[in-house]
Amino acid sequence: MNLAFKSPVKAVLRPDLVAIADMVQEGSKVLDIGCGDGTLLEYLVHTKGVDGRGLELSQQNVNQCVARGLSVVQGDADTDLGEYPSGIFDVVILSQTIQATRHPRLVLNELLRIGKHVIVSFPNFGHWRVRLSLLFLGRMPITRALGHFWYNTPNIHLCTIADFLALVRQVGGRIERAVALAGNEKARKIPGNTLGANLLAEGAIFLLTKK
Amino acid sequence: MPEAQPVFLRPLKAPAENTGSTVAFGTDQPLVLDSGKCLAPLTIAYMTYGQLNAARSNAVLVCHALSGDQFVASRHPLTGKAGWWDYAVGPGKAIDTNRFFVICTNVIGGCMGTTGPASVDPKTGQTYGLGFPLVTIRDMVRAQAMLIDALGIDQLLAVTGGSMGGMQTLQWAASYPERVYSAMPIATAARHSAQNIAFNEVGRQAIMADPSWRGGDYARSAVHPSKGLAVARMAAHITYLSEAALQRKFGRQLTDRNALSFGFDADFQIESYLRHQGMTFVDRFDANSYLYITRAMDYFDLAADYGGVLAEAFRGTKTRFCIVSFTSDWLFPTVENKRVAHALNAAGANVSFVEIESDRGHDAFLLDEPQLFDTMSGFLGAAAAVKGIG
Repeated sequence: MNLAFKSPVKAVLRPDLVAIADMVQEGSKVLDIGCGDGTLLEYLVHTKGVDGRGLELSQQNVNQCVARGLSVVQGDADTDLGEYPSGIFDVVILSQTIQATRHPRLVLNELLRIGKHVIVSFPNFGHWRVRLSLLFLGRMPITRALGHFWYNTPNIHLCTIADFLALVRQVGGRIERAVALAGNEKARKIPGNTLGANLLAEGAIFLLTKK
Repeated sequence: MPEAQPVFLRPLKAPAENTGSTVAFGTDQPLVLDSGKCLAPLTIAYMTYGQLNAARSNAVLVCHALSGDQFVASRHPLTGKAGWWDYAVGPGKAIDTNRFFVICTNVIGGCMGTTGPASVDPKTGQTYGLGFPLVTIRDMVRAQAMLIDALGIDQLLAVTGGSMGGMQTLQWAASYPERVYSAMPIATAARHSAQNIAFNEVGRQAIMADPSWRGGDYARSAVHPSKGLAVARMAAHITYLSEAALQRKFGRQLTDRNALSFGFDADFQIESYLRHQGMTFVDRFDANSYLYITRAMDYFDLAADYGGVLAEAFRGTKTRFCIVSFTSDWLFPTVENKRVAHALNAAGANVSFVEIESDRGHDAFLLDEPQLFDTMSGFLGAAAAVKGIG
């Protein structure tokens, strides 16, 4: 790998994206769902030599990605995953998006169908700040990880780490790795007992496979 | 070019200068057509721009649309106008002829030097006319493949084109996946819709209703079916624009007059514009060619060759695709382009899909659309980087 190139790019990459990238094997075939302006995808293509594809809702973002030389189609995680053949990707990434989908369970099922591995990251609604905010202020929480008002948030299906783990069990997924995120700090491994992480992590990233 | 006088009545002039190169295939190398007939001998007229590199790996084939020709980036020998894709192709442009060897061929059935209905049938010594066999998009692509063989190129770095050029691009990727490293079909579809067939039929009927058409046998006559062809072009030209663009450019503005004429002169600027489009078209296009090429578009249905499943056309493909559509294109709307992108996804292909905001209708692909050029150079640049082309 070209380290001279790797370090500066990694330096500007958000810690959650770094943690996701660390879960991706070099040279694998990757689909990044909700790839935005292609920051993570470009990083994976250049530093991990992946065969990378993106699916992105915003056409403006898609056009930007393609102009950067990335392979991205405009589409919706809720409706457009059905067209991908089963097991076609080594890794499917859904970064900070599952909570904004209409049907998270169906989406997770689809991810596990089309990817041999699935990486999902989301903001943890079980974080203590969220809990305290609701308990003491009686208002919908606005935190670092959840910066919107209740009426303009794209996040329509928020969940806690415990909620997500329950859903993974329901859809027959198996957790291979789990890391907790807190602000700009480096991601930390979540231990077998997730009670602590459910309270202390602002966000989480899971690497899943089908059981 | 001298200013046209009785434009409607003037027979098509033979290309005078700089018609590019030609390659001829004799009767020993017949082109077997989808209709079962053979086309031989066959001449293919083409233009090239830029230099083929030593590895022969930097060739980009640009496919032209219905009314296009091989003069993609150089002055047209009949009209004197700039190449039809001058915005996109040239030194330092999105399809950069400093880096890439650009090839553009006149399609079979065309009238700019490639064998078509205006060519002489060696069997009869007469112009083919309607004796020319029906050709399909796949036949056009087969002929291009013969040329690419003749040029000693194994794999094209990219195939691209808009409209019917996009159809050829898709057909190239389906017929010769290993010869197409990347494909960028623009403002196109994997099949011609009923509406598009309908518009083509109007154009053909206009030509055939012109008494000068004479059942296609007008070559020796002093008068060509230029009126019919001009009407066909006028009708078609409307489909290349959009309501919004027409309104913006012309509205209800009158030509050089202050009031309505209470007659059938071109009172409105849009009328005068369309008449001009029709009149200039007949100077450079053969009416029978128009019949044959529109028919080829009508017959195009890529999925039909693969059991009705479009994804099967691309099963296992390694070609990288970039599909481009324009928001106001109602002739080849985004939904048709997206259908291709979905099928490519279903085939597990490497595909990008870009929809560009524009109010200029189908014609947008030929115009100055910076987002199109950014997309092109990003897509071609990525392909060139993988192939190690500087």
